[in-house]
Amino acid sequence: MTTIPYKSYLEPQGKYTGLLDWLTSTDHKRIGLMYMYAIGIFFIIGVLLGLLMRIELFKPGETIMGPQTYNGIFTVHGVIMIFMVVIPGLSAVFGNLFMPIQIGAKDVAFPKLNLLSWYIFMAGAILAVLSQFTGNGPPDTGWTFYAPYSTQTGTNVLMAVTAAFVLGFSSILTGLNFIVTIHRMRAPGMTWFKMPLFPWALYSTAWIQLLATPIVGITLLMLIAERVFKIGFFDPALGGDPILFQHLFWIYSHPAVYVMILPAMGVITEIIPTFCQRRIFGYKAIALSSIAIAGVGYLVWGHHMYTSGMSFTARWIFSFLTFIVAVPSAIKVFNWVATMYKGSIALKTPFLYALAFIFLFMIGGLTGLSLGSLATDVYVHDTAYVVAHFHYIIFGGMGFAFFAALHYWFPKMYGKMYNQKIADIAWLILFFGFNMLYFPQFVLGLQGLPRRYYDYMPQFETGEVLSTIGGFVLFIGIIMMITNLIIAARNGPQAPDNPWGGKTLEWTIPSPPPMENFDTPPVVSKEPYDYE
Amino acid sequence: MFTFYDPQYASNMAEGVDAAFLIIFGISFFFLIGITAVMIWFIIRYHHKRHPKAVQIKESFALEVTWTVIPTILVMIMFYYGYIAFSPMRDIPADAMVVKTVAKMWSWEFEYPGNKLSTELILPINEPVVLEMTSLDVVHSLFISAFRVKEDVVPGTTHYMWFIPERLGNYEILCTEYCGLRHSFMESVARVVPREEFDVWLASVPEATNMDEGLIIMRQNACSGCHSMDGTKLVGPSFQGIYGKAETVLIDGTPAEIVVDSAYLYRAIVDPDYEIVEGYNKGLMKTYKGVIPEEDIQTIIKFLMTLQKE
Repeated sequence: MTTIPYKSYLEPQGKYTGLLDWLTSTDHKRIGLMYMYAIGIFFIIGVLLGLLMRIELFKPGETIMGPQTYNGIFTVHGVIMIFMVVIPGLSAVFGNLFMPIQIGAKDVAFPKLNLLSWYIFMAGAILAVLSQFTGNGPPDTGWTFYAPYSTQTGTNVLMAVTAAFVLGFSSILTGLNFIVTIHRMRAPGMTWFKMPLFPWALYSTAWIQLLATPIVGITLLMLIAERVFKIGFFDPALGGDPILFQHLFWIYSHPAVYVMILPAMGVITEIIPTFCQRRIFGYKAIALSSIAIAGVGYLVWGHHMYTSGMSFTARWIFSFLTFIVAVPSAIKVFNWVATMYKGSIALKTPFLYALAFIFLFMIGGLTGLSLGSLATDVYVHDTAYVVAHFHYIIFGGMGFAFFAALHYWFPKMYGKMYNQKIADIAWLILFFGFNMLYFPQFVLGLQGLPRRYYDYMPQFETGEVLSTIGGFVLFIGIIMMITNLIIAARNGPQAPDNPWGGKTLEWTIPSPPPMENFDTPPVVSKEPYDYE
Repeated sequence: MFTFYDPQYASNMAEGVDAAFLIIFGISFFFLIGITAVMIWFIIRYHHKRHPKAVQIKESFALEVTWTVIPTILVMIMFYYGYIAFSPMRDIPADAMVVKTVAKMWSWEFEYPGNKLSTELILPINEPVVLEMTSLDVVHSLFISAFRVKEDVVPGTTHYMWFIPERLGNYEILCTEYCGLRHSFMESVARVVPREEFDVWLASVPEATNMDEGLIIMRQNACSGCHSMDGTKLVGPSFQGIYGKAETVLIDGTPAEIVVDSAYLYRAIVDPDYEIVEGYNKGLMKTYKGVIPEEDIQTIIKFLMTLQKE
């Protein structure tokens, strides 16, 4: 622990005080925290909307709301969770907080642009929230905005689409900033293959953000033009093609899945060596598999459209490529497990979340195989099976990785330690609640229950009831976890600079870090996970 | 609990699909259990109390190659089974009976040879059938889970789906592409019957040629998805006995008493949000101005005038 007095990034920095001191700060750690608070609030809103859906589905028929309200709620749940929580989530929060420190930099390459990205994000987010309360009722298209339903419905689609369009710019600019930072600002001696694997994952992610997001931007603009000026891109009544929308939408939205999951894999790759006190197994395999996923991930969007009437050739080529992209993910899992072999394992909260991640991600990934295969996808496409699958990947994967990162870096972020016993109990409740909420949905889908169903037939009731109970268990876990962390941030005991025995650069500086991270720029000579 | 494994398959597609499922689930289950078990064993065996000093193991190129090559082979096997079970679905036999299928918010309609319409899909057993599907409004998707078939129904184009029903019985037809308010109620039934029964049924269905012209226009525009003709309350008011009916409507939220006449019916088609009948919601119906030609609107109004209460 350092004894030299210093000013941490959490303390007032002069010029302004209070909130304004934060809102005008270009410090990457402060921007990361501001993202975290905003995303945390959106996440809770999304969770509550999800819970309302689960209550509605507790019994067949109308339980607490009508179908129009239900359709609005699942749309808003999707828009908030996808565009405002999971896509920005890990890279905007922990990427901002720790990527510059891990590569030994003072800040990102363009700090002002970084702050602007946050403001753009907030502007988009406010638009998205406003779309719920203005116009002719909340949008009811689902987060996918499929045409021509989205070009015809009378609800407030225009504002929601504009919000997604604006949010995209925040993503593009963050991607650009991270690419330049990683290329130009690594500490002396830190070659590409001496860089920790979280920055590697962010680097792959950033390229997707930069290259794929403009496509959805253009697509959403086309949708707006169709609604406002009646230009027929997608609606056949105006001479358009509805399938064109689906192609353009998924060309972005499938790679967007990797924007969520690659940084999650990066986080897990940091946590496992620390708690095993062992060098990561297969460093290069993990780094290169991130790049492979980002590359091949561009070419598999058609697997969302096996039933939409593409040619047979297109269908089998997309299926083939989808199976190829499964391999690098498997490689990562094997390397993570191999890292535990002959380690010295400490079962601390972040590691428990990492283990839960591996288990849930495996279920999500393996159930994805029957969605990649043509014959089986025809059966489960657009059923509750798909809902279960992507919640296992997005929530079980990205969500649990976020919680893992939160518990891993919390002492560094606040200089305080949380109650680890309560954190472990919350983890257990979360893990059980999660599986109880989503696993029954695999079974429901295999029984033939379509997704986005307001009402259902009696044969689906058992699964729906179990799922709703699981939803409440999960909610209790989330509340317990967050409360524990809030209490710790306010009154927790002082945390040491390196509570877990980590080897990457963020553990060499005080907790919480000073404004420009390093007193003297670090010089790197060793590999990142060197426990010799 | 799983209905996806049938002792006797309901269609010619089901066996291949279920075989692909079993292969994929089998391999997946093996890996999930195997990796989880290894992980738990490592956690116990190498817990820091039992194993205080970690051994720093260098990477192994041979291992990396092994666990790249083996999964690649396995996923290629899975791809292959998905491919061979799927390819017959796109290989439509020339002798299949054609049933024209029209999806609209929120109902299915099946047209048999001889211009005969049905809201249920009646099929003779063991004979191939091809559904020529199109949509009148938004994207729908026709799903018969027992047959393991699904294909999107897209406006402006015709999609095809074929199969041979191989088991007598009634099977749910559901819509799996979200299509708005009554998506979860957009259902029908596929009824597989012996050939003789099918012939008797088809002969009993009247031809649809002498249908009122106004009704034909309304069917093409899917009015019946929201407005019933028999007094049932759906998304919008029923057409039964609508002409001359006294109604309370809201104009900008202010209640007004009106009697339905042809001017009102015209306004309700071209500017549906202007007057909202009490008890119904705004914003659910789009304007049909420019969508239905003027003279057709007049034909519809004439038809609506004939729909008196029984």
